Amino acid sequence: MMRTKGKTNSSERVLRKEERKLQKRIKQQEKYFMSSQWQLMARRLVKHKLAVISFVILAILYTGVIFAGFIAPQGLEDYSATYSNAPPSKIHFIHNGKFVGPFVYRYDTEFDKFRNKIFVENKEEIYPIKFFVKGVPYKILGFIESDIHLFGVDNSNLPQGKDPVVLMLFGADKLGRDLFSRVLIGSQVSLTVPLVGTFISFVLAVIIGGLSGYYGGWVDTVIQRIIEVFLSFPTLPLWMALSAAIPPGISVTKVYIFITIIMSLLSWPNLARVVRSKFLALKKEDYVLAARLAGVSDFKIIIRHLVPGFMSYLIVNLTLGIPGMILGETSMSFLGLGMRPPATSWGVLLQECQSISNIANCPWKLIPVIFVGVAVLAFNFLGDGMRDAADPYK
Amino acid sequence: MPETILTVKNVSKVFSSKKVHIRAVNNVSFEVKRGETIGIVGESGCGKTTLGRCIVRAIDATSGEILYLAEDGKVYDLQNIDKKTLRGIRKEVQMIFQDPFASLDPRMTVFDIISEPLRANFKLKRNELEEKVKSIASKVGLNPSYLKRYPHAFSGGQRQRIGIARALVLNPRLIVCDEAVSALDVSVQAQVINLLMDLQKEFKLTYIFISHDLSVVEHISDKVGVMYLGKMVEYAPTEELFRNPLHPYTEALLSAVLIADPTVKNTRIPLEGEIPNPANPPSGCFFHTRCRYCIEKCKTEDVSFVEKKPGHFVACHRADELNLRGIV
Repeated sequence: MMRTKGKTNSSERVLRKEERKLQKRIKQQEKYFMSSQWQLMARRLVKHKLAVISFVILAILYTGVIFAGFIAPQGLEDYSATYSNAPPSKIHFIHNGKFVGPFVYRYDTEFDKFRNKIFVENKEEIYPIKFFVKGVPYKILGFIESDIHLFGVDNSNLPQGKDPVVLMLFGADKLGRDLFSRVLIGSQVSLTVPLVGTFISFVLAVIIGGLSGYYGGWVDTVIQRIIEVFLSFPTLPLWMALSAAIPPGISVTKVYIFITIIMSLLSWPNLARVVRSKFLALKKEDYVLAARLAGVSDFKIIIRHLVPGFMSYLIVNLTLGIPGMILGETSMSFLGLGMRPPATSWGVLLQECQSISNIANCPWKLIPVIFVGVAVLAFNFLGDGMRDAADPYK
Repeated sequence: MPETILTVKNVSKVFSSKKVHIRAVNNVSFEVKRGETIGIVGESGCGKTTLGRCIVRAIDATSGEILYLAEDGKVYDLQNIDKKTLRGIRKEVQMIFQDPFASLDPRMTVFDIISEPLRANFKLKRNELEEKVKSIASKVGLNPSYLKRYPHAFSGGQRQRIGIARALVLNPRLIVCDEAVSALDVSVQAQVINLLMDLQKEFKLTYIFISHDLSVVEHISDKVGVMYLGKMVEYAPTEELFRNPLHPYTEALLSAVLIADPTVKNTRIPLEGEIPNPANPPSGCFFHTRCRYCIEKCKTEDVSFVEKKPGHFVACHRADELNLRGIV
C-alpha cells in the first residue's frame, strides 16, 4: 500500500516537471513571436561564436580607446633618453628567493664587445608595480581630468640622480617612449577614424543612394555614373594623392578631420549602391503598396517601411567597410601621409619599422601590427556574423 | 435593384519601354453593382492583376474611365481626380493581396500593421485605436492577444486574416481581392473564403475577386469575367457562364475544373501552344491561335465585346453558332 502511494507521488512529480517544461517552452515561443527584427537578429548573431568573440575583443579595444589615458602608465610625450630602444620590462615576482609580488628591476645600460648598447637588469633594488599610482595628468573623453593611472611603478626606492623607472610592457621606441602607452593612445586615432569616417559615408550613402533609388530616371543615371567614376579609381594612390594635399603644419585635429573625410569620400559609393538597390527592391514590396493604398504619405512610407527595411543590410556593409578604413589609415600614416608626429596612430608607430635593422634589434616595435590585425579580423568576423543574421525572415 | 458602384469603361493599360509596348489591359469594360462579387479569371499574364491595380489606383490606367460611386453619392472618375479627393476615396477602396508573406511588413507588430491605415487617415487616441483594432481583429478571427506579435509568428492563413483586417479597418465599400486565397492551402482557402463572404454580408461589401481558380470563383462570385491576353472575352452571371459558356476559351477553362466525382469522365479540352506574346498580339481575335473553332474570319477581323444574352457579354465571332459545353 505504502509503496504504491510512493509510486504515484513520483509519477505525479514527473508529470508536474513535464508540465513546467511545457510552460517554459510556451513562454519561450511567445517571446520569439513577440521579438522584433533586431531581437531576432541578435538571437542569430549570438549563435555565431566567432562574431561574439570578435565583439568582445572590439569591446575591450574600444574600452582602451576611451580610457587610454588611465590605462596607459605613461603619457603621449613622456620620453627618457636612457630607455631609448629598451626591450619590454620583465615582470618578476621573487626577489632574493622571497615572494614579494610583481615588481621590475631598473635597467642599466652597458655596451657589449661590438659597442652596442645593451640593457642589463640592476638586481639591487626592486621597484614594485602598484595599482592606481600617480603619474602624468590626462583627460578622459576630453573633460574628466586625473593623474591616477591604472598601474605603474612605485619609484620611492629610486636612488638620487637616476631616471625614474618606467614599466614598459611592450618595450620602448628610439626616443625611449613606452610603446604600450603609445599603442593605447594611438588606438584613439586608429580606431576612431574608421568609425567617424563610416558615419560620414553612411550619411552620404543614405542621402545619395536614397535619392537615386527614390527618384529613378535621369537622377538615378547621373548618380550611378558618378559612383562608377569613384569606384574606378585605385584606392591607395588616390588616398596618397589626397593626403599629400593636406597642407603641412596644420593642427592635429585638422589632420584628423582631413583623414576621416578622405576615408569616407572613398567608401560611400559602395554603400550608396546598397541603399539604392534595397530602395528599389523594397519600393515594390506589397506591404509598401498596401501602405500607399491606405493613404500613408510618401515620407512616412520611407521612414517607416523603407529605411528600417534596409538598415540591417546597411549596418552589415558599414561593419565590413571598417577594416578597409583601419588599414587605409594605418598604411597612410605608415607612409608618412596620414597622422604626423607628435600625434600618433598605429601607422605612425610602425614608421620606425621601416628599417630592417630596427626590426632585427627591436622586434617589439612590430607589436602594433598585431593590434591592427586583431582589429581588422574582429571587424571582419563580426560583419560576417551580422551578414548571416541580417535577414532573420529567411 | 442596387446601384452601380463601379463602372469600368474601355480601360487600357500599356506598359512601354523604348521598343516594346505591352497592352496588359486592353479595352476592358464592365459594371459592378453594390454588394456583388465579381470574379475575374484567366491564366497568368492575362492582365487580371493589372486591372485590379488600376481599379485601386495603385497604377494609372493609360486610357479609359473608372467611375466610382462614392459614399457621398457622387460619382468620381478615379483616373482624373485630385490628390485630396483620392485620399478620401482610398478609404473606401481597399485591396487584399495575394502573398500573405510579402504583404505584411515583417518589422511591424500586427497591431501596427492593422492600425496603420487608421493612423494615416484619422487622429485617434491610443485607446480608441486599440479598441477599433481589437474589434476588427476578432471579426476576422484573430485572437486580440496576438496583436503584440510580429508577422513571423503566424501561418499563411492567419497572415491573410491580418491582411483582411488591415483592408477592413477603414470600413471600405469596395475591396479588390487579388488572388487573395491562391497562396493558401485548400482547407485554409475555404476558411478565408467563408470569412470573406460573412464579412460581405455584415458590412455590405462589394468584391472584385481576382483568381485563376475557377472553383473558388464559382463559389464566391455573382458574376464572372474571363480575361485573355488583356481583353475581357466573356462576362456573365456565374451560373450562366458556367452552364452556357459562349466563348471557346471559357469552355476550355471550364473543362479543366476538376469535379469531385469519379464517375464523371475527364473530358478536358487541351489548349495547344503557348499564350501569345502580349507585346505582339495576334491579328483578329487574340484567341484564334489556340482556338479549335477558328475560321478564316477569326484570323483577320477584330472582334467586339457584345451582349449576346441579357447580362451575358462575349467577344467571339461564332458565339451564335457554337454550342459549347459548360459544367452542369
